[in-house]
Amino acid sequence: MSVKRRSEIIKSDVLIVGGGIGGMQAAITAADEGATVVVAEKADTRRSGSGATGNDHFMCYIPSYHGEDFDAIIAEVTDTLVGPLQDLDLLRLMMGRSFEVVQKWESYGINMRPYGEDYAFYGHAMPGRRRYHLKYDGQLQKPLLTKEAKKRGVQIVNKTVINQLLTDESGRVIGAIGICTAEDEPEVVIFQAKAVIISTGNASRMYPSTNPAYLFNQADCPATTGSGHAMAYRAGARLVNIDMPYLHAGPKYFARCGKATWIGVLVDYYGRPVGPFVNKPTKELGDATSDIWQGVFQEKMENGSGPVFMNCAENTPEDTEFMMKSFYSEGDTSIVDYLQQYHIDLNQSMIEFGTYDYALCGRGLDIQLSGQTSLEGLYAAGDVLGNVRGDITSAAVFGMISAENAAAYAKTVDFAEVETHPLIQESMDLYNSLLDRKIGAHWKEANSMLQQIMKDYVGMKVRSKTLLKSGLKYLGDLKRYCKEQLKAENAHELMRCLEVLDLLDVAEAIAITSENRKESRGAYHHRSDYTYTNPLLDNKFQTIEQKNGEIILNFRDKVR
Amino acid sequence: MPPVIDEEKCVGCGTCAQICPLDVLKYHKETRTVTVRYPDECWHCRACAIDCPKGAIQLRYPLSHMLLHMDAPTIRREELE
Repeated sequence: MSVKRRSEIIKSDVLIVGGGIGGMQAAITAADEGATVVVAEKADTRRSGSGATGNDHFMCYIPSYHGEDFDAIIAEVTDTLVGPLQDLDLLRLMMGRSFEVVQKWESYGINMRPYGEDYAFYGHAMPGRRRYHLKYDGQLQKPLLTKEAKKRGVQIVNKTVINQLLTDESGRVIGAIGICTAEDEPEVVIFQAKAVIISTGNASRMYPSTNPAYLFNQADCPATTGSGHAMAYRAGARLVNIDMPYLHAGPKYFARCGKATWIGVLVDYYGRPVGPFVNKPTKELGDATSDIWQGVFQEKMENGSGPVFMNCAENTPEDTEFMMKSFYSEGDTSIVDYLQQYHIDLNQSMIEFGTYDYALCGRGLDIQLSGQTSLEGLYAAGDVLGNVRGDITSAAVFGMISAENAAAYAKTVDFAEVETHPLIQESMDLYNSLLDRKIGAHWKEANSMLQQIMKDYVGMKVRSKTLLKSGLKYLGDLKRYCKEQLKAENAHELMRCLEVLDLLDVAEAIAITSENRKESRGAYHHRSDYTYTNPLLDNKFQTIEQKNGEIILNFRDKVR
Repeated sequence: MPPVIDEEKCVGCGTCAQICPLDVLKYHKETRTVTVRYPDECWHCRACAIDCPKGAIQLRYPLSHMLLHMDAPTIRREELE
């Protein structure tokens, strides 16, 4: 099989790569700003990405609810779930405009007040402190965002995965190379745009799942494979904070986001709370222990005092009913379905929780207040961002902000020629080599080897120069073998092969930056050869970018 | 494996295959049927089951995704003493 090339070029003022929450909000806003908009989505925007079937916690500041003390909310945010790895000007901008998006979403029909007239803030919270997670019902968020985008004339190109950004000689982003996977025979589609917004989510499938035999048993959508990180990095964009792991948690062997949807207390075998925050479960707080002590489950397994369970049995019946409904809002209907199929009653049973492996949520592209990356014409939103994190909020708010600025920028530039861009032929040669191969490696072989190398050499338990340098060498070998041996039977497998190659590019960048951070910092960057924390690196973020084939590393100041 | 399609109920509209975020399902236009082509790439998000207009899809949760559970601990507090 070989790849076809569609003769028509898809042209728009703004091209959006990835039609998750960030991409769809960007599409709506860019259209409102008068731009012509195309969304390229590898699945279908009605049900794609980590918000596919819902979400229920929207980080938000509402003056009428929280009062005028905005700084208190900002402090709460950096103290809890999303942590301190954020430029504070971006975080303030995001939270400051969060309510604007909530109001927009209500106008689109998304249920932001499922519990009555008032906005309700529940979960991810500590006792006596302010709550900033607006509890909403996101079951229909993706179909409704899609409907709004279509209403505004946005062209949605589903089942089309973007693999490369096209840049001109000055480094400005001018388009992209996509592959349509709707049929077994893949088709290359060229996009031409005045501005591009990347909103491709997390980098799932980089590290092993809690049951490594199953590559797709992941907390975040396993279709988000760091491709935005990778294509932007290849095009010369700057990544930030990728050396600082973030770990999520939830039901141990059934990886699923939504730990704050669970109302209960995290307890040990004897039923004793493992954290200091709550003794009695309430819907207002949840148990923030694992927000603050992300490794609690793993640590307690390793020191023998585990396992740790989510105990909902002492909930009031009202809170349990509230929780079961919330699983629907969060998109975790499979949890409810599983409990029913296996006759597990949360009034009588507690569920073991576990720590999931490193996720690149809020580690990635370094952006400015405009949402622009370090490349002209390239903007970003959502989990792919590296210097601000807000999950649903950073997707929606930076979707909006990036779109406003990308649409304005698009008015100032002309389309650049893409049809004969040399990267197109180079990429098609790669695709054809994978498709032509008669005998070769299946992408799963490579994906599982990548995960094993990352766990053993670029892991969270211990890092050192010798481990990281060896890991980097092995990643390089694996990448070369992939290019020489990977084999794709059809468009679907071609997409999976390219995902692995994207993950490998990001994996190398993680190994390089982790080796370059010659100190220990936080809970998960333990250097056995530099066991102390270097105060000179306090309030600094590490960046990595490629210029003319050279890798440039830097520790830049965090914006405070 | 994961999505299980009830052939009696399925009308062959192809919605499930179109919206699956992981491209697990394959729609065959000629026969208007859907097959579970890549079962081990299922994320168990239930988008297919939720959006099926005929309620023809159920999910089977593989043993690899076992939800570990124990009886609630009120009993064991005594064990501690």
